[in-house]
Amino acid sequence: MTLTTNGSLAQSAGPDRSHAPGRIGGIELRNVTKRFVTPTGAAMTAIRNINLTVEPGQFCAVVGPTGCGKSTTLTLAAGLEMPSAGTVRVSGQEVTGITKGASFVFQNDALLPWKPVLDNVALGPMFKGMNKAEAKARARDWLRTVGLAGFEDHYPHQLSGGMRKRVSLAAALINEPSVLLMDEPFSALDVQTRAIMSNELLTLWDRQKPSVIFVTHDLEEAIGLADKVVVITAGPGTVKAEFDIDLPRPRGALQDIRFDKRFLELYQNIWEALREEVQQTYSRAAQASQGGRA
Amino acid sequence: MTMQDVTAPQEAPRIDQGKDEATIAAEARARHRRRRRDVLLGQVAIFVLIVAGWQIAAMTGFIDPFFFGSPAGIVLRLVDWAQHGTAYGSFWLQIWVTLEESILGFIAGVVSGIILGVLLGEIPYLAEVVGPYIKIVNALPRIVLGSIFVMWLGLGLPSKVLLAGVLVFFVVFFNAFQGVRSVDRNLISNARILGATRLQVVRHVVFPSAMSWIIASLHVALGFSIIGAIVGEFLGSQRGLGLVIATAQNTFDANGVFGAMLVIGMLALTAEWLMSVIEKRLLAWQPNNTRESNIQAL
Repeated sequence: MTLTTNGSLAQSAGPDRSHAPGRIGGIELRNVTKRFVTPTGAAMTAIRNINLTVEPGQFCAVVGPTGCGKSTTLTLAAGLEMPSAGTVRVSGQEVTGITKGASFVFQNDALLPWKPVLDNVALGPMFKGMNKAEAKARARDWLRTVGLAGFEDHYPHQLSGGMRKRVSLAAALINEPSVLLMDEPFSALDVQTRAIMSNELLTLWDRQKPSVIFVTHDLEEAIGLADKVVVITAGPGTVKAEFDIDLPRPRGALQDIRFDKRFLELYQNIWEALREEVQQTYSRAAQASQGGRA
Repeated sequence: MTMQDVTAPQEAPRIDQGKDEATIAAEARARHRRRRRDVLLGQVAIFVLIVAGWQIAAMTGFIDPFFFGSPAGIVLRLVDWAQHGTAYGSFWLQIWVTLEESILGFIAGVVSGIILGVLLGEIPYLAEVVGPYIKIVNALPRIVLGSIFVMWLGLGLPSKVLLAGVLVFFVVFFNAFQGVRSVDRNLISNARILGATRLQVVRHVVFPSAMSWIIASLHVALGFSIIGAIVGEFLGSQRGLGLVIATAQNTFDANGVFGAMLVIGMLALTAEWLMSVIEKRLLAWQPNNTRESNIQAL
């Protein structure tokens, strides 16, 4: 095991493995390749030879062109899928099933539409065996934390997109994850709501400091939020470059820092790396559609 | 964190042409009421037209009341049944017997349909293995199974319950199966990541999600349960509305056939109404625009 301090490692090796291993976190992908086989037998390589390390408590943003396997990387880290080759480790332990201590925030909120908001947030602790009353009390606390006190009995469809996203965040964070995986969580929101949610995400992240992989299309969002931005190549994806974001924290509003000189510099550098890949994806798609027509 | 962005949007100001909001709203309501009244009037008119036309045609000899009955004759027949009963016990008993068979068949069919539908939907291997056999059984005209059931289980209640149950089962089963298959994958993934066991996923995600599919099938299933009970009674029984109809048919009592039909129709309508109430309760979480909208255009 290569990660983290001795103290937390000892904790994770303890006999009680039903709980998430403390506050460890840390994600490591070593030479990971993922192939999908369609029912007709054709194989499709989503990602190849990805090497990616996210330190405990680090916020890592992943950017790349459409279809480069960003989401696949997340499902591997979550343990929803197993790698075809290579190893995925979370908190120092190899992922062989659903990753313990991980939470996921989907692009479209994965809230159960038939349960009121409170019950939705209480699901995590309830699944972990906490009794209903206690789970609901904690859910209530979390709803207050994300600014939704008073909306406990609303159904998800009665809330706005931004509010639903907050519920999703509360539902993900209530389990106190050591690893938070986010798949373009704010891409369905309008620009203003998105800026507000980004700031709130940073505030929430600062409380628990889980390791984060944040997949996004939006380079500004990536730089504004993350400690590290990883650029993935056109599919099958692999890591093209990593950029450390040395902007000081707390960052403040995204709308303000994006005119910062250092921010623009970073943006320029990362865009340089990303542009090539985006262009390649674009020309490939154009070719494919032409081939289809011929 | 502010609540600024979560308050309800202000109602957009309407273009008013010299009227204030209250007048416009009152007029819209009045228009809505008038429309409701007109619809009701039309419905009553059709009813009167048919019943009166039938009665007059029968009285003037335009149609032969012996074969076609008449509204007055039907009412008299029903009153006679209610007062003096039928050859095999009181009329109420016949209604109750049919009702009991339908309800039991409905429950048996719904429960088994849901269980098997969810099971096969959750376990693809099982679905692939059993699938062809279910299709074969489904392809049979299931009504004829009634003959076998009467042979096996005799003239009493069980054979009717079984026939009604089988009819109901297939409707519910296919919907439950399809419902389970079309659950949003993300919801399942999310529940699993949050720590749900397979059983918890089924209970909290798969089953409730399939529920809207299942409920949609219950209306049809309800009709089938009544059909099953009546056909079963037709094929061989000692009591029930099906037997009442069969007897009336054998004695060329057209009024009797129509009378029993009327009672069955009323039973079905009542059951349907009850179903709607239950459905509304079960699907209370759904946004209004996916259900039948009760807002009329103003």
